[in-house]
Amino acid sequence: MEQKEIELLKLLEKNGRMDNDTISKMLDVAPVEVEEMIKKLEKEHAILGYSTLVDWSTVYEYEGVAALIDVKVTPVRGVGFDKIASRIYRFPEVKAVYLMSGSYDLSVSVEGKTMMEVSRFVSDKLSTLDTVLSTTTHFILKKYKHDGIIFDEGDDDDKRIMVTP
Amino acid sequence: MSKSYLANHVKELQPSGIRKFFDLASQMENVISLGVGEPDFVTPWNVIEASYHSLEQGYTAYTANAGLFELREEISKYLQDTFSISYNPEDQLLVTVGASQAIDLALRAIVDAGDEVIVVEPCFVSYSPAISLAGGVPVSVSATADNEFKVTPEQIEAAITPRTKAIVLCSPNNPTGAVLSKQELYGIAQVVRKHDLIVLSDEIYAELAYDEAATSIASVDGMKERTILISGFSKSFAMTGWRLGYAAGPVAIMQAMTKIHQYTMMCAPTMAQHGALEALRHGNESVREMKTSYRQRRNFVVKALNEMGLSCHLPGGAFYVFPSIKETGYTSEEFAQKLLEEERVAVVPGHVFGESGEGYIRCSYATSIKQLDEAMKRMDRFIKQNSKM
Repeated sequence: MEQKEIELLKLLEKNGRMDNDTISKMLDVAPVEVEEMIKKLEKEHAILGYSTLVDWSTVYEYEGVAALIDVKVTPVRGVGFDKIASRIYRFPEVKAVYLMSGSYDLSVSVEGKTMMEVSRFVSDKLSTLDTVLSTTTHFILKKYKHDGIIFDEGDDDDKRIMVTP
Repeated sequence: MSKSYLANHVKELQPSGIRKFFDLASQMENVISLGVGEPDFVTPWNVIEASYHSLEQGYTAYTANAGLFELREEISKYLQDTFSISYNPEDQLLVTVGASQAIDLALRAIVDAGDEVIVVEPCFVSYSPAISLAGGVPVSVSATADNEFKVTPEQIEAAITPRTKAIVLCSPNNPTGAVLSKQELYGIAQVVRKHDLIVLSDEIYAELAYDEAATSIASVDGMKERTILISGFSKSFAMTGWRLGYAAGPVAIMQAMTKIHQYTMMCAPTMAQHGALEALRHGNESVREMKTSYRQRRNFVVKALNEMGLSCHLPGGAFYVFPSIKETGYTSEEFAQKLLEEERVAVVPGHVFGESGEGYIRCSYATSIKQLDEAMKRMDRFIKQNSKM
């Protein structure tokens, strides 16, 4: 991949809403080229989507809990972990699934409205899957930092004095 | 109390023109400042953590006058790896309180009363006052826009008199961002050798060169023995508040500088030296990331300024651009003041960096792209409303 494409991906990864004109100036390419690069990267599935990082704890009306679940499974000959992973990641309440090194196999991130809802998902849906041997559920108590962004910190916190030599 | 106790040479010293803009800008709300001469990044966490750790371990006493030996070794290694110049950490390196102190020490070590020191303007505001305070006479040479603010050997030669002792160079440059190429440094070196001068080479922005790596004049043949290389951690590692710099040069000069340092400062802050050690050992990745971000923002600002009609060349380094505002019909000062009052954008008028800076403004792009974007919009509106073009 070209160096400029990598720079473009890094810029968009940090700020998916950065406009093409700004990007074109920063990367020293024409605006139409930026558009083409983005289209190409979308087509190649290097860019999969654009999302917004929300700190839901600031939204009073919002109720929700999140949990990380360590899952041990029996891999199946021929398909390894992929098949069971796909059984798990298709549930809409599952936000992320990773194959892990170490003492368990899959790390599953789940979100629900209440602890009861998440618990029910684990006991009814997840643990009952054929190849799942065990699950350990960790409820998330507080999010400090997510995807490189610290939650309690504004981005305009400039501690420098106004004008310096 | 009618008697003034102030020394005459201090009374004669003019306060920096930057101060005025600081005072003006700090009284206003909603100002976007492009007037800041320091990185917008916070020091990399591993550096901060290493400094914490040194304090926890009880490293709170003085270090050797010349600085922690380990740190001098790392600096020596860095200079070897980066510029292929070898300095003995035993007697050719001195850790100072910022590069500013290194400049002061260097001048005090070499300048006799009445000695002339050439400064290439536009330049950092401290050189001439530091020369005067050391008893010397600053002699300005003007680098001009038609040569992308790069001084020529001929210009330097024309300023040399029998009293000339040294020349101060700064590349990559504050405020213009100009970077002298190897070839250009060769030309300057020839004049310096011919007239038996010393170079004070301020290389604080050396890591921040975006198109070609910066060259140190000390690496030019026959120049190591007549160059005092001055650098530090402020700009490359985003460590301005730590106040840590260094000087490298010929043994006799470094011993003289260390002697002054020993009597006036003792040593640079110990916890900062421990942080710097970590910066040199494990800071490369952070520098690379910051550099990429500066380069992108440089490109952005240069394009935006040219689009709005302020002609601006693409500077090779540092984090400043130095566009011309001549076509607006305003002086640098008028432009900067009106821009601040009407659009709440702070820039530094070019004349504070020397006469040849008149007609230009310094904009620092060490500010978030979001802020830069907004600043460029405001400036564009300002130009449209004040256009005499």
